[in-house]
Amino acid sequence: MPVEVRVPTILRPLTGGAKVVTAKGETLAAVVADLDGSYPGIGERLLDDSGLRRFVNVYINDEDVRFLAGLQTEVADQDSITILPAVAGG
Amino acid sequence: MVAHARADHPDEACGVIAGPSGTDRPERFIPMRNAARSPTFYEFDSGDLFALYRELDERDEAPVVIYHSHTATEAHPSRTDIALAGEPDAHYVLISTRETGTEDGPFELRSFRIVDGVVSEEPVRIGGTFE
Repeated sequence: MPVEVRVPTILRPLTGGAKVVTAKGETLAAVVADLDGSYPGIGERLLDDSGLRRFVNVYINDEDVRFLAGLQTEVADQDSITILPAVAGG
Repeated sequence: MVAHARADHPDEACGVIAGPSGTDRPERFIPMRNAARSPTFYEFDSGDLFALYRELDERDEAPVVIYHSHTATEAHPSRTDIALAGEPDAHYVLISTRETGTEDGPFELRSFRIVDGVVSEEPVRIGGTFE
């Protein structure tokens, strides 16, 4: 069940510069684990002890996973996942 | 950017100037909503953020400038700005409205690169053409 994952500029050093990579998993958590297996270090950039990092946005197709089931959101074949760092500050 | 900052004062204003990928030329002004609606914080709404990046991608553009205002402090990145800066190729423009609020008058506008927590200021020249 490959899904396409769009990687933001700031994480591309971890994917060898690739903007789009593929990963597998039936939930977002599994996809992140699979990504971290292929691109070590990426998991830590997306997750902290409490789950998805506050200032990392992840979308499945065009829905923010925070409005779905977060890391437990089910991922279907051919879904498109987009990672975007929040644009935020003080 | 200054007009947007003044219009939203005392809340922080934010937005992007997009340009063709790889050119580093800020050409298309895109004011964004501050979902935090706060005098001390800004954040693009997550849905707006997704739509923005999809549009940039479709047009083969990059966020050349990411701007926001400070409404009570200087036009310099705060610790939070530095910690959250997620676009290493962008020019982070800060505008301070602390002196004039919503009124016309002199303004502070400064530009910075923020890469891996390191801030470097760069000169700003306001003109009609790119050189």
